[in-house]
Formats: sequence, C-alpha cells, structure tokens
Amino acid sequence: MSNPTIQEEVTIKFAGDSGDGMQLTGGLFTDNTALTGSDLATYPDFPAEIRAPAGTLPGVSGFQIHFGSVQIFTPGDEYDVLVVMNAAALKTNLRALKTSGTIIVNTDGFDKKNLRLAKYPDDENPLENGSLQGYEVIPIPITKLTRECLAESSLSTKEQDRCKNMFVLGFLYWRYSRDMDETLKYLNSKFSRKPDILQANVSVLKAGYHFGETTETYSARYAVKAAPLEPGVYRGIMGNEALVMGLITASKKSKLPLFYGSYPITPASDILHGLASYKKFGVKTFQAEDEIAAVCSAIGASYGGNLAITGTSGPGLALKTEAIGLAMMLELPLVIVNVQRGGPSTGLPTKTEQSDLLQAMYGRNGESPVPVIAAKSPGDCFFTAIEACRIAIQHMTPVILLSDGYIANSAEPWKFPKASDIPEIEVTFKKANPDEVFEPYQRNEKLARPWAIPGTPGLAHRIGGLEKEAVTGNVSYDPANHEYMVKTREARIEIIADYLPLQKVEAGPDQGDLLIIGWGSTYGAIASVTKSLLARGKSVAHTHLRHIKPFPKNLGELLKKFDKILVPELNNGQLAKLLRDKYMVQVYQYNKIQGMPISKSELEHAVLQLLD
Amino acid sequence: MSTNPPTNGQMAPLKAKDFATDQDVRWCPGCGDYSILKQVQTVFADLALDKDKVAVISGIGCSSRFPYYMETYGMHSIHGRAPAFATGLKIANPDLSVWVVTGDGDGFSIGGNHLMHALRRNINIKILVFNNQIYGLTKGQYSPTSELMKRTKSTPMGSIDYPVNPGAFALGAHASFVARSMDRDPKHLKEMLHRCHEHAGTTFLEIYQNCNIFNDGAFFAFTEKDTKEDNCLFLEHDQPLIFGSEKSKGIRLNGMKPQVVDLAAGKFNQDDLWVHDEKDIFKATLLSHFFDDPRENGALPRPFGVIYASERPTYENMLEAQITEAEDGGADLDALIAGPTTWEIK
Ligand code: SF4
Repeated sequence: MSNPTIQEEVTIKFAGDSGDGMQLTGGLFTDNTALTGSDLATYPDFPAEIRAPAGTLPGVSGFQIHFGSVQIFTPGDEYDVLVVMNAAALKTNLRALKTSGTIIVNTDGFDKKNLRLAKYPDDENPLENGSLQGYEVIPIPITKLTRECLAESSLSTKEQDRCKNMFVLGFLYWRYSRDMDETLKYLNSKFSRKPDILQANVSVLKAGYHFGETTETYSARYAVKAAPLEPGVYRGIMGNEALVMGLITASKKSKLPLFYGSYPITPASDILHGLASYKKFGVKTFQAEDEIAAVCSAIGASYGGNLAITGTSGPGLALKTEAIGLAMMLELPLVIVNVQRGGPSTGLPTKTEQSDLLQAMYGRNGESPVPVIAAKSPGDCFFTAIEACRIAIQHMTPVILLSDGYIANSAEPWKFPKASDIPEIEVTFKKANPDEVFEPYQRNEKLARPWAIPGTPGLAHRIGGLEKEAVTGNVSYDPANHEYMVKTREARIEIIADYLPLQKVEAGPDQGDLLIIGWGSTYGAIASVTKSLLARGKSVAHTHLRHIKPFPKNLGELLKKFDKILVPELNNGQLAKLLRDKYMVQVYQYNKIQGMPISKSELEHAVLQLLD
Repeated sequence: MSTNPPTNGQMAPLKAKDFATDQDVRWCPGCGDYSILKQVQTVFADLALDKDKVAVISGIGCSSRFPYYMETYGMHSIHGRAPAFATGLKIANPDLSVWVVTGDGDGFSIGGNHLMHALRRNINIKILVFNNQIYGLTKGQYSPTSELMKRTKSTPMGSIDYPVNPGAFALGAHASFVARSMDRDPKHLKEMLHRCHEHAGTTFLEIYQNCNIFNDGAFFAFTEKDTKEDNCLFLEHDQPLIFGSEKSKGIRLNGMKPQVVDLAAGKFNQDDLWVHDEKDIFKATLLSHFFDDPRENGALPRPFGVIYASERPTYENMLEAQITEAEDGGADLDALIAGPTTWEIK
C-alpha cells in the first residue's frame, strides 16, 4: 500500500437526500476525526422541510467538516471534497467546491428520475456532459455495490439502501487512513438488539473501506496529523448539548433544583430533549402549552425557589416579552435561552442569524433593562450557561442568553473541565428575623432584593407587575417613586459590570490600526482572520464580547486605542448600533444576512479593504 | 408590607381577619368581590391553613387584585397567565396550597388556553373564576361569558359573540373537579371552597359575582330571594335533583333528555328523579349543559354545587415519581460533562 499524502487541513461536505443519513455519516466521521487528535469544526446544513420529497432540491441535507493538523476555527469556506448521493445534492453544493476539488459521487443517484427531480434539463447528465471537467471525479455505484454486498441478507431492498451511507463512511475511512474500531463499537451498541441491521451496516462499512483498497489505482490516499491542541482530555461537543450540561452544572453548583419550562421550537428543542433525559439530576422539565406558559411557569418556579430556565428561539422570545417584563419587575432570577435563527417572523427556522440582539436588549414595554450575554462557540455554551445562572441568582434578575443555530448544531473538540473546578454559586434565601420588619424590596450592596420563597415562615408577602413603592414593594402610583424605581432598576443592572472581568484582547496588540469586535458565533471566523493577518504583520486585534448588557467597564477605553473598529455580525448591524450609542465611536460594519456563518475568506477580504 | 404574623393557628383558632392584609381594599363599594374575599378568608381560617404555606396567584382584572388582600404569599401576574405561574410554583414546591384567582375575561378570553391545559394536566391548584359577565377594570366591555345581544360600549348594537359555557368548557378540558357557586350565598360558597381544598387535583370553581357598576343584576335571577329557588338547582351527591320554592319540582331523565317534572301533580314522585352522582362524567356533562336563560319558558334550572369530582393522579405527583425513579442509581456530574467518548492529547 502506498504511503498516504499528508495534508494540513481538509474540508469535506457530505450531501444527500434527507433520508440518506448524511448527518449520521458526518457525525461518525467527526467522532473518528476527533480521535486522531486533529482539530475540527463542523456545520450541519439541514433542509427546511422535515421530509421534502425524496430526490428534490429542497430535500438535500448536508454536513460539513473542516479538520486539520493546525488550529481550526471555522467549518471551512470552500470544500476540498464533496460527497454527493444524488443529482440534487450535486446541484445545490457544487458552487462551493474548490477549483480542482474532488467529487465522490454515487452514480446510482443520477438516473432519469433523479436528474428530473434535480431539475437538470432533459437528457442532460452532469456526470456525462463534461460540466465537471477540472474536478477530480470519483464515480462509485454506491447503491448497487451496497445491494450486492447485502445480497445474502434478509433485509428488504429499502432497508439495504439505508446502509449506503456506511459505504461512504468506509470509503472515506480508507481515503483518510482511519481506524474503524470506534465506529464498530458504536454500531454494536446502537444495533445490539437488531443483529440483522448490525451485520448489514458492518458489512457495508467494510465493503466501502475495501473498495478504496482495491481501486487504489485511481484514487489517492491521505492523512491529516494531530493538531497542536493543548494537552488534556477532550470530548466532542455541540452547543445545545453544552447548554444542557451547563444548566445542570449550575443547578448542582447552586444546590437549586433545575426547572426548565419550554415549548418546542427549532433550533432550541434539543435543550428540552436533553434536559428531559436527565431527570436523574433532579431536573424538572415542563413542556408548556405555548411559549408564554413556558416562561410564566419558569417564573412561578423561580418564585418557588428553583433555578428556573426557559428556552426558545426568536419568535418565541417575542411571545415571552410581557412575562420577561414581569420577571424584571418582580426581580426574580430567570434565564431565558434564545437559540437565534433567521428572522424576522417565522423567517428561516433551520438557518442561523444573530438578529435578536436588539430584541433581547429592548423588546419589552416600558423601561425594562435585562442583562444579555452571548456564547461564542459550542463549548463556550457550557460556561455561558453557568454565567447566566450566576448573574440571575446573585443579582435577582432575568438574564437573556443568546446562542444561535450555528453554535447549537455544530461540533468541536472540547477540553472539558472537572466539575470540581467550577466555582459554587452562592444562594441566600431570606429567613425571617424577629428584630426586623421584612421588606420585599429592601436592597443589598448589589441593589438586589431578597429571595423570599413561599413556605418560609414569617415572610408572607405579595408581589406583582404594578409599580411598587421602594423598599416595601407595596403598589404605588406616586410619580417620584416611579421615576426612582425606573432609575434603580437600570442602576442595578449596570452595577453587574462591577462584578464582571474586564474586556481583554483575544489576539493581537492592545492598540493599533484595527480592532475587530464580535459577539456570539462569529468568533471562529474572526479568530482565524485575525490570526492569519497577524502572521502577515498587520496591526489587527480581536476582542469578543460575552457580556453585552451591561458591557464590561473598560470597553469604551479599549475601543479608543484603535484607529478603526470593525463589527462583523450576522445581522444588519445590531451590536454596531449599541456601540455607537453607548460610546459615540465610529464603527465599521461587516454584515452577512444569508442564514449562514461568515466565512474566513470574505471577512479577510473585508478587513484588508478597511486596512488599505 | 407584612405584618408580624402569629406563628400559626395552633395557639388560638384563626379568624378571617388573620388572612387580611393592611392594604385598603379598592373594589367598588357593593362589588361581589368583597363577599368572596370574606368567604375565602373565613374558610382558610376554618381550615387553620398556615398562611406561609399558601400562595394566591392572579392575572389581571378586578378580581385579580385579590392577592393584595390576602395575608399569604401571593403574585399579581400578567393577563390570563395565572394558571401557568401557579403550575411552575406548584411543581417547584408541591407542599404549598396554591390558589388561582381569575375572572371571565382573564380566564376564558386571554387566558383560555392556559386554563384548558391546567385543567387537563390536573396539577393540584385551586382555580376560582369570578364570573361577572363583563369587563370591569377596562370599564364595561362585553366579556366571553356575556349573553348574546348584550349592549355595551364595544357592542352598541348588541353582542354577536356567542358566550362560553364555563362548566362545559371545564369538563371538556377533562377537569377532575367542576363546581359552581355565587357571591350572595356565603354558606354555599364556603362549602364549595372547602370541597376545593379537599380535592387532590385541579379544581374549577365558577363563582357568579355581581359587578354592580357595569353589569348590575346579571345573576339576580339566581341570587335574589324571590327567584332563586325556582332558577337554581342545588346539587348534592346521592340526592335526587329537586328544586323550586316548595321543593315541588324535580328533574327526571327521559332517555338522554332531562325533563322538569312537577312533583305535586301526582304523576311522578322522588323515586322517578335523576339522582346526582358527582363521579359520573356523562351525567355531569348533561348537567353542565343546563345553561338556559332563566327568563325563557321551560328553562332548565342552573346547577350549583359540585357538578363533577373524580380524583386521578396529579401532574406534580407523577413528575416527582419519575424523578425519584430516575434518581435511583445516582448521578455523577463529571460523567455527564465527559460524555460517552473522550480522548487524550498528550
Ligand atoms: S368594576 Fe365591577 S367588578 Fe370591578 S370592582 Fe367595580 S363592581 Fe367590582
């Protein structure tokens, strides 16, 4: 066997019909890649429809992975390798394939019917008309070979065809010089009760691998080495998964039972599924009748002394608006997770966007300040969840945590912490004191009021959404008191900044020509552009905001140290607006509103233009 | 806000005023809400409830000011959503006695969805619906329970909005307890409140409440002395359905059809009458549709009392049981964070 060619980084896109199992193939390839020690980032590209008709363009489901022996920040711009299971998959994905890239193609997905469904002109087959000239095309009759491999099996043709993704996986394992043990273990546990299906998947996986070996003559073999990641123990992590674990960790660290009230919505539902499966940690999940009941039940649970969370996506946040205003007025701890998706209205449910920042900041009636924090990567969702809970509890306030569809569903290697390394979250429930009259709105040094939960002897009191008198919390329509309370509610959110770390530059100089400032899922793209421009000697720095309301105390100072400020965002310039408003600085924008992450190359191009 | 409380009711019998707050009650003089407040406070005292273990949750509307006047824990929440807050609170702390106060607008209009789902889940919360067939707080628009052709500020030519039947709504939502009472019959109201307290599960108690400012007399046919007995059917479990000033009228079932019979006429006697069975959902459903306008000729009387009561497992108990089952075997936070597959980079 020839020695494999060593590559530094590779981007592969798996694309097929929703029924072709591309997400699973991508996921297994990702797990396998992680075990080689390469760094990686992935990005699933779900069809908008649950089950669009087979073979059609809207039915194409994709999974992208970028891995390398260097640090990997993004799922990659253009692919080196495109795997297509049918004609529709080729048509929707070809445009992002690199010039002279490789196409691994299931030729059985290009019959007359498939071509027609993919809307190719009559009698035109892209595999035969020369349109793929310049690419390396590896044609494999995958469906046929899969069926041949399973000729002896008791499975129906339909069931046999479902194994063809394993052929692809096996072939790629051969191509990238991989070991299959972990995948075999996975299949064994997944199908332990279905020996026929297990056997079929294993055979086809091996058949794909052997096909690579025997046809070596026309297809080269590659390997990507381990990346210089920090030493330690790693796992693969996706954003929603990390949120689930972060919330449970916060519950344990605060010794408060976790209550999660939610209504199913893409792309936040996996948080509900995840938490519902961890009842053993005492987690109470409540699938409410609607978004409003979801947040209201959480407020009720918070009043009752639980660590209360509600999760949703943009349209759901809009529905929760009035109740969040009440939580702000009641000054009760609550975390509202918003896994943002493309808006406005129903928008692009399966696509990513950062366009709910202003909604999170301002989307309530009256003067209604609520802390806003954002996660920057899948692993960071874990820490951001804990941070949101800490702020909510210690400052007695609802907190909005922003994630997005990209972070939620993409994966990265994560050097996870030990539970014992996470600090405890101190909780003090008010107890009656015979020497004092209990005042529900008496404030401490953080301007936070006491958390007095029903059932506590001697503290019976009433709270509500009507304006309240300072200290006593009694209903008050007094004009001066109202203004005082509005100012106090703003001050008590701003005071949180006293308890936050100062904003740091992630990469690059502390002062210079250009500061790129981002928040949320643009982290990877900005980090990779900054790294490459610094290597070229440019005076560029990157800072990334976790805390948006309130901003870290030194942010204004930091901004002043650079000649230019650029804010890349997946929206029309929402953080840029906030920065201009607060600091009166000139801010350049780079905005992409296509339901997709910002790519490294387009951002690099924009930065270079600004530096000229 | 909180007066220093006596520790609990063990020292001396509690009085209604032990459940009153220092806040001025702000309902219009003569409003039916005063009587309901009084009966609730009295019953809580009779039951010797520990006021620190009671929470009263309301939405928005005249009736929803209720928590401010109850010396217990309480929350005046947002419009229509009280059942959802109460659900979260009860799940968080199942030991509390949780009461929801809502009205016909708050409960059936903006909050209809939450009411329906609370009832079917059977979470152990007590829902009191003050029905005055009008919007009081917003000054007199028709409500979801207002009668057809009612003239109000928003219906100058009469309402064309067909009214909801609260009892039938509650049974339709699979409530495990459905009852009706009225502000002007303190004794009956207290009895119903006791029944709500005793029932393990969601209770739905509709209370006819006079809004003397915007809908005065809406229920006089049922509440006033000279018409009450002829228009009200007071239900008692295991007892025949008898009503009328001389107890001279009864209800018999003619097949599936309820029929008013004159017991004095000699053709039918008590043994022919329909005997009330609180646990019979089919009969309860028929009773819930006794919803005639009392002014109509041959109108069926309006049932008061417990229309339906049948216990089934509560939501919070089932949730607790699942958690206890899952917790068996313990939970390791480090194992959770590490997940099933890890690798080491040296
Ligand atoms: S408006 Fe009607 S219901 Fe409201 S307080 Fe006045 S009388 Fe009572």
